[in-house]
Amino acid sequence: MKKFNVLMALLIISLMWACGGGNSATEASSAPPPKSMVEEDADPMENKGIGPITELKLDEVNQELVADGLKVFEEMCTACHKVEKKFIGPSPKGIMDRRSPEWIMNMILNPDEMVIKDPIAKQLLIEANGAPMANQNLTEDQARAVLEYFRTL
Amino acid sequence: MKLNKNLIIVALVGATLAFTGCDNNKNGDNAGALSGNMADRAYVAPGEHDEFYAFISGGFSGQLAVYGLPSGRLFKVIPVFSVDGEKAYGFNEETKPLLNTSYGFIPWGDSHHPDISQTDGKLDGRWVFINENNTPRIARISLETFETEEIIEIPNSAGNHSSSYVTDNTDYVIAGTRFGVPVPQRDMPIDEYKGNFKGALSFLKVDPEEGHMNLEFQIMMPGFDYDKAHPGRGKSDGWFFYTTYNTEESHTLLEVNASQNDKDFIAAVNWKKAEEYIKAGNFETMPTNYAHNVYDVKTHSATTTWKKEVRILDPAKCPGLVYFMPMPKSPHGCDVDPSGEYIVGSGKLSANVTVHSFTKMLDAIENEKFAGEAYGIPILNFDDVLAGTVVQPGLGPLHTEFDGKGNAYTTFFISSEVVKWKLGTWEVLDRKPTYYSVGHLMIPGGNSQEPFGKYLVAMNKITKDRYLPTGPEVTQSAQLYDISGEKMEMILDFPTVGEPHYAAGIPADLVTPNSRKIFKLEENEHPFVAKSEKEAKVVRDGNTVHIYMTTIRSHFAPDNIEGIKVGDKVYFHVTNLEQDYDVPHGISMIGANTSELLIMPGQTETFTWEPKKEGVWPFYCTDFCSALHQEMQGYVRVSAKDSDIPLKWTLDDEWYDSE
Repeated sequence: MKKFNVLMALLIISLMWACGGGNSATEASSAPPPKSMVEEDADPMENKGIGPITELKLDEVNQELVADGLKVFEEMCTACHKVEKKFIGPSPKGIMDRRSPEWIMNMILNPDEMVIKDPIAKQLLIEANGAPMANQNLTEDQARAVLEYFRTL
Repeated sequence: MKLNKNLIIVALVGATLAFTGCDNNKNGDNAGALSGNMADRAYVAPGEHDEFYAFISGGFSGQLAVYGLPSGRLFKVIPVFSVDGEKAYGFNEETKPLLNTSYGFIPWGDSHHPDISQTDGKLDGRWVFINENNTPRIARISLETFETEEIIEIPNSAGNHSSSYVTDNTDYVIAGTRFGVPVPQRDMPIDEYKGNFKGALSFLKVDPEEGHMNLEFQIMMPGFDYDKAHPGRGKSDGWFFYTTYNTEESHTLLEVNASQNDKDFIAAVNWKKAEEYIKAGNFETMPTNYAHNVYDVKTHSATTTWKKEVRILDPAKCPGLVYFMPMPKSPHGCDVDPSGEYIVGSGKLSANVTVHSFTKMLDAIENEKFAGEAYGIPILNFDDVLAGTVVQPGLGPLHTEFDGKGNAYTTFFISSEVVKWKLGTWEVLDRKPTYYSVGHLMIPGGNSQEPFGKYLVAMNKITKDRYLPTGPEVTQSAQLYDISGEKMEMILDFPTVGEPHYAAGIPADLVTPNSRKIFKLEENEHPFVAKSEKEAKVVRDGNTVHIYMTTIRSHFAPDNIEGIKVGDKVYFHVTNLEQDYDVPHGISMIGANTSELLIMPGQTETFTWEPKKEGVWPFYCTDFCSALHQEMQGYVRVSAKDSDIPLKWTLDDEWYDSE
């Protein structure tokens, strides 16, 4: 389906070209600017990701929330993420040391935009051989619970 | 060689038109009167949405196609009465029961008249009803899922053509009988038709919450052919009007023998009176057998209930229930204007369009001004009920819709045109050709109290030379007219799926807010669901094996299965674990004698495989789901019938078995 979209886009662009719609053709031919390697040096814990969560302060671990999070994780995430090993995606074990809490929740809630725009998410998509992080349409509360569970791993 | 040259020229012209897409309207002869300005009005830019949905029935395709207006773009073909391998409709275990009838499973149907549910005489965008003509049935399609949710069979009927229209509040959806039949069916001489065959008019009550249909009662009419129907609107709510032909009650060479009478009838049925008779117990209960098939959106499965009786009203014994209004020459179309006052009958062999008045009809009934009776049903005087006549507007009038601004639009099959005329003065205001032999027409909401009189779609029976030829069978088509001005303007021609028999249109914003994106996993009540990979498993029960399988981008769980034997009956119950919009997965198995599955996010579907040969057999995802779609595959090992290979399964080499 996605392939067809690309074909359609190409077709439309070529039609516009035929009509002398020069502007569109120019836009289409301009590739994104090359990215520097600077991001690799950036502190991942400073990266809050892109999405609805901009600021999150963590208190003491709430065991009730942990239990909720475990349930959601098992139902919605384990097809791709396993605690004991890297599966389709990374294990969530130790993630609190690698990523900011905001980044984690944004990756759960807004993966489509994250894998296109966020430098870490983009790199992870490559490492997963292009297997995308599925958007499982969790609510913010569910994602927060999953995060709480991650804190115990 | 000359032919080849011509072909090359055609190809070159075609290519030029295609690649200079900006001004092709000026070049092509076939564009006719289309100016660039008109084409703009049907143009919806890439990424933009259409203003209206059009649900156009596929006629003999048995399906219902969804288009956008004004672009004429095809979005979806909803399988209704015919199986569809693309969507596994009628192939997977969940939807097979929808096609059950008292004659057994029927893989095909003839879909005719879609009608959108109404509240207070206005479109409410909840359901589309559509009738099947051949094996009488009515289906209900949800406009939340755009899937068929219910099909009910109509007993004691044949040629269910005067169907499936809804009343002002969707109290009832109706079915009728175009081909009189013995009731109950029995072995008898055909030439004893007259006086013995019957035409049942069926009233199906619609549950206001769930939309479920229930055959409330049938009115057992004489064996005329009940051709088309329209509910009363507003002031005439409570009545239903049916055109009849073959009041001669002929059973052979109807082409000649059913066209003898100068006038046939419009049957006016007072269904509120019918309710009173039912309430008073003034009916007979008749044993019968018919299927009622309902799809449950929670179990993602349909079930069939067998109904065993029906309540029958005899119009001769129910005074005030039915009246006949004479109508010239085998009337076909039967249409009621938005005010409910005018009943338009199109005598398809008549030179004129005849319009009757509801007010005059009530007056004639009250004063008992009857011209006679037929089978105990009073006949009113033609002149007493006549509102007016549109004189010689064209040849072969068929159907009429309304724009809500006091105008009516009638199609003419023989002279291939749409004619606009004024209600009340009966004067012809405009006419435009169609290409060719137009049948129905549709104005969104045009048969309700509140039409959206901006566009008119004409549905043609013949296209001949309008499109590139595709062998003897050529495309059928619809044509779009802008009717917002004084004169109609044709702005688009577009091909359709099957025969575009009739259509229902609705503003998109009455539908899109309720459109479902996914099925929630937590609400999935399918008996063989696996809600996570942890629940994936394989269970043997004798020769039957149930595989509880899951999908997510981009793998199956399990994806390796061993211990299946030749002669097993293997059910793949596949749950799509995705919870994101537009991420279906498909699955198909080499050698399976069925279709693929196409499973929406959160849904469970089942296909059946009976392996015939030993070996290791692959299955794979058939819907392009991600960059790793090709990797989404698996294997089943099939061993000999007497093999002792244990049943086990895995994903990523962690093997499980049934112990």
